[in-house]
Amino acid sequence: MASLSMKSVRKSYGAVEVIKGVDLDIADGEFVVFVGPSGCGKSTLLRMVAGLEEITAGTMEIGGRVVNDLEPKDRGIAMVFQSYALYPHKTVYDNMAFGLHIAKAPRAEVDAKVRKAAEILKLEPYLDRLPKQLSGGQRQRVAIGRAIVRNPEVFLFDEPLSNLDAALRVNTRAEIAKLHRDLGATMIYVTHDQVEAMTLADKIVVLEGGYAQQIGTPMELYHTPANLFVAGFIGSPKMNYIEVTVAGVSTDGVKVAAPDIGEALLPIDPGKAAVGDRATLGIRPEDMRHGKTDGITVSGNVELVERLGHETLVEITTTNGLDLKGIIDGTTLISLGDTTDLSFAAASCHLFDSAGKAFTRREVPEVVRARRGT
Amino acid sequence: MPSRTPETRATSLFMRYAILVLVALIFVFPLVFMLVSSLKPSMQLLSDTSSIRAFLPVGDISLDNYTASFARAPVALFIFNSIFVTSVTVVLNLVICSMAGFSFAFLDWKGKDVMLSIVIATLIVPLETIAIPLLLVVNNLPWIGADGIEWGWLNSYRVQIVPFLSDALTVFLFVQYFRDLPRDLIEAARIDGASWFQIYAKVIMPISGPVIATAAILRFLAMYNQYLWPLMVTQSEQYRPVMVGLQYFFQLNTDWGQVMAYLSMITVPVLAFYLALQRAFITSIASTGIKG
Repeated sequence: MASLSMKSVRKSYGAVEVIKGVDLDIADGEFVVFVGPSGCGKSTLLRMVAGLEEITAGTMEIGGRVVNDLEPKDRGIAMVFQSYALYPHKTVYDNMAFGLHIAKAPRAEVDAKVRKAAEILKLEPYLDRLPKQLSGGQRQRVAIGRAIVRNPEVFLFDEPLSNLDAALRVNTRAEIAKLHRDLGATMIYVTHDQVEAMTLADKIVVLEGGYAQQIGTPMELYHTPANLFVAGFIGSPKMNYIEVTVAGVSTDGVKVAAPDIGEALLPIDPGKAAVGDRATLGIRPEDMRHGKTDGITVSGNVELVERLGHETLVEITTTNGLDLKGIIDGTTLISLGDTTDLSFAAASCHLFDSAGKAFTRREVPEVVRARRGT
Repeated sequence: MPSRTPETRATSLFMRYAILVLVALIFVFPLVFMLVSSLKPSMQLLSDTSSIRAFLPVGDISLDNYTASFARAPVALFIFNSIFVTSVTVVLNLVICSMAGFSFAFLDWKGKDVMLSIVIATLIVPLETIAIPLLLVVNNLPWIGADGIEWGWLNSYRVQIVPFLSDALTVFLFVQYFRDLPRDLIEAARIDGASWFQIYAKVIMPISGPVIATAAILRFLAMYNQYLWPLMVTQSEQYRPVMVGLQYFFQLNTDWGQVMAYLSMITVPVLAFYLALQRAFITSIASTGIKG
């Protein structure tokens, strides 16, 4: 296993720059997820790690060794493709053994490695089958098996679950997490699904427009997003935004004002904020309460009610045209057309300056600093 | 829309089969005529052509025409020559053109697109146009044989094989087929450590059965049916293929029964080859449309 480091890594196709300078350090054994919307460059970055795309500028190191000009086979990586990319004419056994045969490994060693991987992935009954005789989930496991037998320093996964149905996706996700625990390998995983990112990652890299918008643990990204993009991308439903004006700055925090919320003092480090600045207040739907139970209250007309059983998603529109979503208790009696109040605590608020950059929150849940798994 | 009754469905099915049978007969009749006529004496053959008897093995039926054909021309030698030249050319052509197609489809090299355009452009140049210059070229080429260096390739197998080791159509078929294969397969093989040649030989070619069958049939037919080029380059009987051999039956008096017997014999290898590959050929046509 090995660490991985990127320094100012860039990628251009002619005049079009798709990766605009990414710096990233991945520790040995870490599970890192690249996440972002379509076209953000996450798969390109992964393929640059794999050696399938050339690096236009910057340095890529795997295990302390610069790999910029190395062939994929010499980088100590193995990759699981979205399409699985199994060789259709080879059996499961031969698919997994192909790389070892190419490397001219002794037959006994090949057999031992393939059978061990098959045992880990519960593929033993299928070793003689062709890929077309397998289900989607089984094919996916063969693709992972092919990666395992290479005994790579870094595993790369390119949206490996996107071709599976919802139930199988949950199972396979858990299997990949278990695999990571069992192998202790460094893994890089690309997805556009934030649930996969949140559940699997030790560290998430949120990519957008060719930049790493934020790199951090899932809880850091959720509770202390660096900017409006990350705040909106991580969390579902999306964070609510309220346009506000800075009405006061003090050692206690930042006082903001907006027509729908009046004035509110937020426990946020003022930084360079000045009275009169435009800013955006962010509040997650799950931090909203029904009624005037918390510090800041917003009244509006109920436009949407989605009952999910244990919770209910409501959307209200204020008289000023502001739309807010809230996740409230599933037993709350509420109907379309009602006028209702949603409230939230000042401590739950995020604040972003006019450029979209987040101010530092003073009250952050302990879980942000806790180690993963606690 | 009113639902169709079983009767209308049966009528429609009958009509469809009737049309298919008719079309099949149109294609089969010339072959039946050839086979049946090969069994008849020339006089009877000619008199039968004005009636349905032309397609029926009736009258004075025998294998005499076959015996006479062998006496008139070295039929077995011609068939051997054709099969040898065609087989060697097809096999080498498939190897060379698939490699070229692989390079055009998967490798990055400067001028690749221009080169492919030039290759495709040669499709419009018929052999007749370049036959004379080509003849001059092969007539001045060296060859290292048992007796040292010889000059000129005329009267040999190689002169019928080498100029046809590659062709634009086959390259084009492979390029089109390869471009539709998932690139992930290539990349997975690269990560597995395979060289480009190993990717070609162990990953791509084993899954290219349909295009190989298609190209093989098209090449086989083109080579087997060659007439002009072998006529120009083979003066001695020893290297002549079947189509040139047909001339032997039109010298002095033409015996149509013998002609039909000869044609029947030289059609057998083509039919056998096609039948062997027809499943893959039809799969290719059906699954890849005009590409195949």
